[in-house]
Amino acid sequence: MTGLTIDDVSMRFDLPSGSFVQALKNVSLDLRAGELMSVLGPSGCGKTTLLNIVAGFLAPTGGEVVLNGHRVTGPDAERGMVFQQGALFEWMSVRENVEFGPRMKGTPVAERRATADRLLQITGLGDFKDKAIYELSGGMQQRVALARCLANDPDVILMDEPLGALDALTREKMQGLVLKLWKETGKTIILITHSVEEALLLGERLLVMAPRPGRIHREYRLPFAEMGVNQDLREVKKHPDFGKRREEILSMIWEMEEEIMGRTESA
Amino acid sequence: MTGLILLLLYVALFVGAMLLVGLATRGRKRRDFTALKTVTFGDESAVRPNRAASVISVVVIFLLWGAFTGSSLVPVHVPGPFTGDTSFTYTARNAGGAEDEATVFLRVFPLGEQPPEIEAEPGEGFARNDAAMIAAYRSELVRADRNDEGEDVEVVAVEGQPIAPGVTVAFADGEVTMTPRGSLNVSPARGLQMEEIWLPSPESVVAALVDIATNGFQNVPLWEHLFYSLMRVLVGFAIGAAVGIPLGYAMGLNDWFRGWFDPIVEFMRPVPPLALIPLVIIWFGIWETGKIVLLFLAALWIMAIAARAGVSGVNITKVHAAYSLGASKAQILRHVIIPNSLPEIFTGARVAMGVCWGTVVAAELVAAQKGVGMMIIAASKFQSTDVVLMGIILIGIIGFGIDILMRKAENWLVPWKGRS
Repeated sequence: MTGLTIDDVSMRFDLPSGSFVQALKNVSLDLRAGELMSVLGPSGCGKTTLLNIVAGFLAPTGGEVVLNGHRVTGPDAERGMVFQQGALFEWMSVRENVEFGPRMKGTPVAERRATADRLLQITGLGDFKDKAIYELSGGMQQRVALARCLANDPDVILMDEPLGALDALTREKMQGLVLKLWKETGKTIILITHSVEEALLLGERLLVMAPRPGRIHREYRLPFAEMGVNQDLREVKKHPDFGKRREEILSMIWEMEEEIMGRTESA
Repeated sequence: MTGLILLLLYVALFVGAMLLVGLATRGRKRRDFTALKTVTFGDESAVRPNRAASVISVVVIFLLWGAFTGSSLVPVHVPGPFTGDTSFTYTARNAGGAEDEATVFLRVFPLGEQPPEIEAEPGEGFARNDAAMIAAYRSELVRADRNDEGEDVEVVAVEGQPIAPGVTVAFADGEVTMTPRGSLNVSPARGLQMEEIWLPSPESVVAALVDIATNGFQNVPLWEHLFYSLMRVLVGFAIGAAVGIPLGYAMGLNDWFRGWFDPIVEFMRPVPPLALIPLVIIWFGIWETGKIVLLFLAALWIMAIAARAGVSGVNITKVHAAYSLGASKAQILRHVIIPNSLPEIFTGARVAMGVCWGTVVAAELVAAQKGVGMMIIAASKFQSTDVVLMGIILIGIIGFGIDILMRKAENWLVPWKGRS
């Protein structure tokens, strides 16, 4: 079977003091191939932990993650990552960064060069192939990170707040790029974000998580990602449903935040 | 005394130059961006070295050096030692209680010259005139009463001032002290200039350089001394780095290596390499092996710690990213950890090179046939201070040169340092 299954995953961190933190409790989720899912939640709800478990950087204390019929036990090229920042290799040029995955697999030079050139063209970095990473702006660096991930042709792309460090204008442009790449490549994408708008725009499915213990609070199926593929994202945001959903989710997260505050104050 | 004057003069030149340059450049504004900053005190980036100060600083050092050594390269000098003919009078009293005055004629000559002897007329009275030859900076015992007529003649005054054993009396160009046995110890004025053996003048240092560069030192050409020192540093450093860097990587990547070597590295790190010299000599002898082992030990711990720090400085997201792109452990080491640790390794290498260079000179001071350190210590035994000073300057220049080369190499190999 194709697709990603998160089956009853729990994660418990034991502290030296003897107490423990339940970062995730009984999280279950099915993702079909080609689905775009955004994950939202107040800080401490275990979004990043969940992503790290799917990526294979952490082994869950309960449950399992299954991709295309086999269990995830560690990081692998089938699950690509895009980080918020700092994951590019400064000692390599833009093109060398993008070629990294194929090069590790031993792909012939001509082939991986062609792949890199094609992806750099798509991500609008055609003129920056031979630049050093530190010569690029933050938005361009994230384009390189996207291209590098795609060059490896993974089944699932995991994005951990990929646009979090960018300014508002660059961010909007990059959101359009993510949608375009999703539609063109048909990859399964899980995207973690702090921005409710971004979660609405970049999620066919939107997962709202709740903290202590980290769990799935609510799930939405949304039309906005599909709408955004063909039109300007600002038009999508004007849609009456968009505003309604945004308010609904915002107040939901506010409530959760206030509940946490109340609990810490009483404790 | 001379030192205090030198210090005061230096401070005066510092302040004077600052005020003068400030006055000369007053009203002239900087035209760069810093000129627009209103807050400069506390903003380190707004502090630029004043180039005029740097130039004047170097010039002042040469001026003072020249002025206090009587160098012909420098127009002004502090008073030098007195040379030429001078005299002082003394009063003698004979057994009968009669007093008579006579003169001691002195000829003070620069050290190393052979001037004609000075003659003195006997003069009148029972006290006779005397004559003495004294080299500059030296003092001479004069038995003024030796040629006086009569028994039990003793000197009771110099230049009209009473004198007794232990008392010092000044005359025009020096001073006279009476010894416990009644002789007069005559010291002509020394002035403020340094004797060549304390501080040679710039031109004698240059002359020493030219001489040693053409004739060699102790039958070994200058370049060979330098080459031996450099070769020891490079070989010792290279072996230290070749062992230390992999060791540091292993310590950064593996529990067992970390646990095993942590106590050794942490113990050896604060031990100065100089403290190891006696042990290394006992174990490996005083020849090349011993020196290279010493430099190896000097570089080893620094490089191991630098490499370990380089591994721990790798951003974990880079490692995660590389794994997610399908890299194996060996590929992670080769393509992520090693390049990422290069900046740390370069910093360590610069420190290690500095320590090695200092250690080689010290090791050569102890025992060597060739090398700059050996040249300095051998020259000091022959009181050739000019060669010592030349050696020190060469050591400074080479150490500085090594550091500049390392920095250039760093800029070339690690262009991303500090920019990610």
